[in-house]
Amino acid sequence: MTRLLETQALEAFYGDFQALFGIDFTVDEGETVAIIGSNGAGKSTFLRALTGLRPTKGQSIEFAGQSIAGMAADRIHKLGLAMVPEGRRLFPSLTVEENLLIGASGHRAGPWTLKQVYEIFPDLVSKRRNPGTALSGGQQQMVAIGRALMSNPRLLLCDEISLGLAPKVIKDIYQAVPRIRENGTSILVVEQDVGQALAVADRIYCFMEGRVSLTGTPQSVTRAQIARAYFGMGEDA
Amino acid sequence: MATISHTAARGQKASALTQKLMLALVLIVTVALAFAPMWAGRADLRLLMEAFSFLALAQMWNMLAGYTGLVSVGQQAFVGLGGYLFFALAIFSGIPVLLAIPAAAIATALIAIPTGWVAFRLQGAYFAIGTWVIAEVFRLIAAQASALGGGSGISLPVELAKSIAATRDGRDQVMYYIAFAIAVLSVVGVWGLLRSRWGLALTAIRDSENAAESVGVNTRRAKFLIYVLTAGFTGLTGSFIFLQKLRITPEAAFSVNEWTAFVIFIVVIGGIGTIEGPILGVIIFFALRQIAADWGTWYLIMMGSIAIGVMLIDKRGIWGALKSRYNLAIFPVGHRLD
Amino acid sequence: MVWINALVQGVLLGGLYALFAAGLSLMFGVMRFVNIAHGDFIVVAAYLMLTFVVTWGLNPIIGVALVVILLGIAGYANQRFVLNRVLGKDILPPILVTFGMSIIIQNALLEVFSADSQKLQTGWLDTSSISFGHNVAIGVLPLMMFIAAVAAIGLLQLVFYRTSLGRLLRATSDDPEIVPLMGGNNAHIFAIATMLASLVVAVAGIFLAMKTNFDPTAGPARLLFAFEAVIIGGLGNIWGTLLGGIILGVAQTIGAQIDAGYQILAGHLAFLIVLIVRPTGLFPKMKG
Repeated sequence: MTRLLETQALEAFYGDFQALFGIDFTVDEGETVAIIGSNGAGKSTFLRALTGLRPTKGQSIEFAGQSIAGMAADRIHKLGLAMVPEGRRLFPSLTVEENLLIGASGHRAGPWTLKQVYEIFPDLVSKRRNPGTALSGGQQQMVAIGRALMSNPRLLLCDEISLGLAPKVIKDIYQAVPRIRENGTSILVVEQDVGQALAVADRIYCFMEGRVSLTGTPQSVTRAQIARAYFGMGEDA
Repeated sequence: MATISHTAARGQKASALTQKLMLALVLIVTVALAFAPMWAGRADLRLLMEAFSFLALAQMWNMLAGYTGLVSVGQQAFVGLGGYLFFALAIFSGIPVLLAIPAAAIATALIAIPTGWVAFRLQGAYFAIGTWVIAEVFRLIAAQASALGGGSGISLPVELAKSIAATRDGRDQVMYYIAFAIAVLSVVGVWGLLRSRWGLALTAIRDSENAAESVGVNTRRAKFLIYVLTAGFTGLTGSFIFLQKLRITPEAAFSVNEWTAFVIFIVVIGGIGTIEGPILGVIIFFALRQIAADWGTWYLIMMGSIAIGVMLIDKRGIWGALKSRYNLAIFPVGHRLD
Repeated sequence: MVWINALVQGVLLGGLYALFAAGLSLMFGVMRFVNIAHGDFIVVAAYLMLTFVVTWGLNPIIGVALVVILLGIAGYANQRFVLNRVLGKDILPPILVTFGMSIIIQNALLEVFSADSQKLQTGWLDTSSISFGHNVAIGVLPLMMFIAAVAAIGLLQLVFYRTSLGRLLRATSDDPEIVPLMGGNNAHIFAIATMLASLVVAVAGIFLAMKTNFDPTAGPARLLFAFEAVIIGGLGNIWGTLLGGIILGVAQTIGAQIDAGYQILAGHLAFLIVLIVRPTGLFPKMKG
C-alpha cells in the first residue's frame, strides 16, 4: 500500500501554549483511520495543522509524496486533501446545491459529481435550493461531507461529524462511508463516538493531552487499553 | 523556570531607573515650560501654545481610539463647536471672556450627548464616517448662522479681547497659561482616568469587549461617557484655539485636515494607546513642520505616507515599539500584563 | 409642479449617488472593509477621463474603456499588495491606511491638476432633455446616469448570484476562514472584489466629470454621500443602496428647492433621521 499521509514529530503551538508534542502519524492509500480522544486532546488542532489552517513551517508533513509543511491551505486542498470542518461551517448565503458546488473550487478531476453526492445522500435532493443552514443537523452534516467530496479528494478528513446528532442520524451518515471508500477516497475521522470509530476504522490512534497515547487496530486493542489511553487513568498493566 | 524569573527581574530593574530618569526629565521640562513667558520670545510662545493645543487634541483622540476602540474622523465637530459656542457666549451672553471658555466646553459636552446617541447607532468604520457627517452638519449649520457671520465667519470684538488683560504682554501670558493648563490637564487627566476603576474597565473593553461585558462591565455606558468627556475637553481646546486666533470661520473651525488628519498623524506616529505617544508625536510633528515648511502639498503627501507606513510596519507607533522593547513607561498605568 | 420636478430630478440624482455607493457597499459586504479613500478614487477617475478626452483628445469611448480598465487594475493591485495586509479584526489599520491614502490622493491631484474646479464639457449631452408636460423635463445625462446605476447593480447581482466567482464572493462574506479549505485563495478573492468595486467607481467618476464641477478635494463629499446611501438602504443589500441613493437625492433636491444653500444639509438630515428611526437601514441583509 502506498503511503498517503505521514507526519513525524509534529508539534503545534498557540502562542506560548504547546498543543501537540511530537505526533507520528500515517495513513496509507485505501485506509480508514480514526483518531479518538477527549476534549482538548489536540485532535482538531492536528487536523487544522494538516489542512494548513495552523502554521507548520519547518515540520515534517508529507502528503501524496510532497512536503506540505508551511503550504497555504488552498494549495493543500488542490493536492487532494479535503476537510469536513468541525461544526460543519456551511455558508448561509449559499443554497445547499451552491454549498456543494463551491467544494469543487479546486477543480480536481474525479468521480464525485453533484449526481453522485445526491445518490449517497438522497435526502438532500428535495432541499437543494434551500439556504445552506435551513436544514436539520444531520442534513447539514451530509451537505458538509458532500461539499468536501465534490473536490475529489484523495484523503477526506472528518472532524467530529457525529457531534450534536442523534444516534440514528449518525448511523445513517456513517452508512455513506463504504460508498466513499469504493470511489477511491481514503478517510481520516476524528470521533468522540468511540464505538462508531472502532466500527468504521482499519486503524485507530488515541490522543491525550497532545500526544499519541495508543495506536493499533480495533481488533487488537482492549477496552481497558482504550480507557487508559483516553482518560489517562489507572496504571500500566 | 529559574532563567525566566531571572531575566524578568533584570529587565525590571533596568527600567525602574530609566523610568525615574525619564519622569524627572519630563518634570524638569514641564517646570521650564511653566516659566516660558520669562525666557521665550513672542513667536516661540505662539508655537508652544499651538503645540499645547495639538497635545490636548491628540490625548483626547487617543483616549477614544487607542483606549476605547472608538475611531473617530469627526473630532473637528467638537473643535469647531467649542470655538463657535465660545464666540457666541463671549459676544452675546455677557459673561466674562475667560469664563466663556469652560462654559463653552460644558455646552459642547451637553451637545455631545444627543450626537453621541445618534453616532453610537453605527459601529466600526461606519461609526468613524458617521462622526464625519456630524461634523459636516455642524459646519453647514454654522455657515447658515448669520449672527455669527455665516459663511465668512466672525472676529472677536476688540473690547472683549482687551478685557483679558491690560497689556499685550499680559494677554499673551494669560493665554499661554490657559494653553499650558489645558495641555497639562489633558495628560494628567487621561493618566488619572486610566489608573482609576474606569481605566481598568476601558483596558478590558479594548482587549475584548465581549469578555468585558461578561464580567459585568457596562461597555456601552463606559464608551458613551468617554465620548462625551473627550468631546467636552476637545471643545475646551477648540475654544482656546479660536480665542487665540481671535477669528472663527466655518472652514477653519471644522477643518478635517487641521483637527483630524494632523491629530491622527501625531497619535499614530507617536504611539497609539499610550500616554507618552502623543507627546512624542507632537514633538515629531512640529519638527517635521519646521523642516518641510515650504513643501506645500508634498508635506501632506509625506505625512500620509508615514502614517500608512507606521500602520504597515508597526501599528504601535514609535513609543509603542520602544515601550515594548525596553519595558518603558513614563506614565505607568499599571494594569497591563504585556 | 416644481415639487414634482424636484422629485424627478432627485430620483435621477439618486442614480449617481447609487453609482458612488455601489462599490462601497460591495467591499463592505465581502470584506467588512470601508475604504475612506473611496470618494477620492472616484475623483481620480474623473480626472483621468478629463485627461484622456480633453488633454489627449482621445475618442470618448476609448477614454471610458481606458479609465475603467486602469481603475480595475489599480483596485486589484491596491487590495492585493497593500490593503490585504491590514485586513483583520482590528478596525484601526484599515481606517488609518485608507485615510492616509485619501490625503495622499487629494494632494497628488492638487499637485498635478491645480486647485481649479473643472468639468468635462459634453456639448449636446449637457443640454438635451426630454419633456413631460409643462414643468417636468428629464435631462438625458441624468437619465443615462440612472440607467447606468441600475445596469451596474444588476450586473453585480448577476455576478454574485449566477457565477462561480459570485459563489466564492458570497462564501467569503460568510466565512472567510473556511474558504481556503474549498480551494479558494482569499488574497485573490478580496482583490477581485475590490476590482469589481473599482469598475463601478470608474463609471461613477466618469459621470461625475460630466455632471458637475469637481476639484481635487471633491472626494470626501462623495464618500459621505456614498456612505449615507449605503446606510439608508441597509447594509448588505445592493438594491437597497439604489433606494438609499434615491432617497438621498430626493432629500437634497427638495432641500435645494426650499433654499439653494440647504441642499447638502437636507441630505445629511434625511440620513440622520433614518439613522435615528431605523438604524439598520430600510432593507438590511447583514449587521454592521
